[in-house]
Amino acid sequence: MKRTLYLLGILLIVGVLLAACGSSAGQNGAQAVKTVIVTVQAKGGNTPSGFGTTLKAVKERGHLICGVNSELPGFGYVDQQGNYKGFDVDFCHAVAAAIFGDPNKVEFRPLTAKERFTALQTGEIDVLIRNTTWTLTRDTELGANFAATTFYDGQGIMVRKDSGIKKLEDLQGAKICVATGTTTELNLADQMAAHGIKYTPVVFEKADQVYGAYDEGRCDAVTSDKSQLVSRRTTLKNPKDHVILDITLSKEPLGPVVRQGDDQWFDIINWVVFATFTGEELGINSKNVDKIKATTQNPNVKKFLGLEGEMGQKLGLSDDWAYNIIKYVGNYAEIYNRNLGPGTPFDLPRGLNNSWINGGLLYAPPIR
Amino acid sequence: MMNREPKQYDTGEVLPPPTERYTVLGWLHKNLFSTWYYTILTLVTLYVLYIVVKPTLNWAFTQAQWQVVVVNLRLFMVGQYPADQVFRVWIALHLLAFTAGMAWGIFFPRARRIGAAILLIPLLFAALPFISNFSRVNWVLFDVFALLGWGLAIWRPQAMRRPLLVLILAYFPILILLIYGIKPILRIVKTNLWGGLMLTLLLAVVGIVISFPIGILLALGRRSELPIVKLFSVLYIEIIRGVPLVTVLFMAELMLPLFLPPQIKIDNVIRAMAGIIIFEAAYMAENVRGGLQAIPKGQYEAAWALGLNGFQTTFYIILPQALRNVIPVLVNQFISLFKDTTLVAIVGLLDLLGIASTVLAQPEFIGRQREVYLFIALIYWVFSYAMSYASRRLEVALGVGER
Repeated sequence: MKRTLYLLGILLIVGVLLAACGSSAGQNGAQAVKTVIVTVQAKGGNTPSGFGTTLKAVKERGHLICGVNSELPGFGYVDQQGNYKGFDVDFCHAVAAAIFGDPNKVEFRPLTAKERFTALQTGEIDVLIRNTTWTLTRDTELGANFAATTFYDGQGIMVRKDSGIKKLEDLQGAKICVATGTTTELNLADQMAAHGIKYTPVVFEKADQVYGAYDEGRCDAVTSDKSQLVSRRTTLKNPKDHVILDITLSKEPLGPVVRQGDDQWFDIINWVVFATFTGEELGINSKNVDKIKATTQNPNVKKFLGLEGEMGQKLGLSDDWAYNIIKYVGNYAEIYNRNLGPGTPFDLPRGLNNSWINGGLLYAPPIR
Repeated sequence: MMNREPKQYDTGEVLPPPTERYTVLGWLHKNLFSTWYYTILTLVTLYVLYIVVKPTLNWAFTQAQWQVVVVNLRLFMVGQYPADQVFRVWIALHLLAFTAGMAWGIFFPRARRIGAAILLIPLLFAALPFISNFSRVNWVLFDVFALLGWGLAIWRPQAMRRPLLVLILAYFPILILLIYGIKPILRIVKTNLWGGLMLTLLLAVVGIVISFPIGILLALGRRSELPIVKLFSVLYIEIIRGVPLVTVLFMAELMLPLFLPPQIKIDNVIRAMAGIIIFEAAYMAENVRGGLQAIPKGQYEAAWALGLNGFQTTFYIILPQALRNVIPVLVNQFISLFKDTTLVAIVGLLDLLGIASTVLAQPEFIGRQREVYLFIALIYWVFSYAMSYASRRLEVALGVGER
């Protein structure tokens, strides 16, 4: 009996030691070794920071790894066929199209709000495109770099049309439904205090409860990010009876995020976003891009589509990078309309997310 | 349990007490309306049930829009697993049916009625109006394979024992190879595409199967008289039991990549599995230790007296008895693990719950929470109930609690 237990104990320890040895032996292997569960890559092949390393790693791997949200209507979800769809997801496709000329060379990694920055820091993902608000703290302390904003969101307020509420001051003494523990709740308190308006917050844990209570008439108003208000409005009993006020309580610029330390990669992500803006500015979309490429005499368009100027090579990409983005994914207007525009249940007005030509904030630096 | 054999009174056998028999009215009177306050309680309860159940049923059959479940059925079952590769999951299921049929034929050759009742369930699925013909054929095939295994076992019960054991032992590796793929024959399907009920079941089964031997070793280690082994086991068990599963999963998903050199990347499904195994092993160890402590000292002494060595004593005398005693606890742990796997949804895996949240984000189905959550709750309930039922049968078959 005793001896058996001795034996078992020794086996246990040996097992643990073996496991430890196994992993250290793996590290010393100079060549790329692939097993079913653990992938050991050659040293220096994939360090998470340093100029040009990310693009090199992505190209060696053969696909991009993009961190996304898997449960945000309009921005990131899995459709009935099992494919990722949404506004953020389309920008992942755009990056893949720019690098590989194939929008589908991308692997999606669904991330929760809590783990998204760790996943970026540890190099699990190449780029984070997951409705992430650009703030000073995140930009500095988290070792992240925020590329060009793809979506200007902001906290808004929804009320019933027949309530006659038009501006913030009309909410004096009102009951407002809000999710507890969020920045939304704090922003509301800040703004109301700044304007000296008294109100009663009605707080809930989850978004479903917030909108359920509002729909039942327990609150006069409900507050959250405008994109969410719009998507949630479609689920209310009578969506047409509700209106989103033209008030913005906070700024929420959402955009792609990369690790600090690889400026080339940061540039690529930035210019992929700018290319979608530029496509809209130049009136080039996925349908007319081939025709324009064949006939254009405009030097700006020629540089954009890679016919002259070798713009792509300056980024470390091929010269038809922007052509591929427009051809396979589309310009900003196409991406927006496909996921959030009039054809969708959201029918979200462009507002700030319009090209500067139409009075919005989207303004791409010139490609030349 | 009535004994069908002719009674042999002279052996002094103790018969079970006679079962009580009632008419319907008699049963109602005894159980629901025996006194005036029971009558009031019964009526109040019936009324409460009525006001709760009526709107629920009314909602489920008239207002609920089950379309969201119907069109996303494949997502719920296998997640993003490629549609043209789903046949591999079916093969794994058919193999399971064959193995189970064989086991049924060998261990419960007389329980034909229950077996037939179980076989009705896949046929019921096949008759569902909204599933594809491919699934229909496969559900029927499922029964065919189960009957095939059963027939073989009935035909040659003795000769089939060894093949059955091999099948059971080999099933798990075959399952993983089928789902993951083998390079030249089957296309590799990376684990980030695994999802839905398939992922939930895989996580639970892998968790329980691998943590079981580790747990036994830890339990033996904790009772060992070797100080280092004992210390290691105690430390491991107490540290792991002192943290919640969410923490272990977060550690596995987020901290592990920070500690590992950047050259090494471990797949995140594997990391979640590792987290679950590490966690479950500690609980498994304590459950097994409970069983070990229930074995009277006389068993050790008897084994010793028969000249068995320590190894033989542990593996032939002590463990079989100890494990039989802890079956209810182990099943309980398995059911609880099956439901605990939903925690992986917060580390970004699309298990059944994760798939549910992503389906709810499909623009055409925003606001269908009730239908979706009710559907997955039903799936969890069916599986948990089936497991607890199976464990009760197993206890009866092994005679646990009849000593």
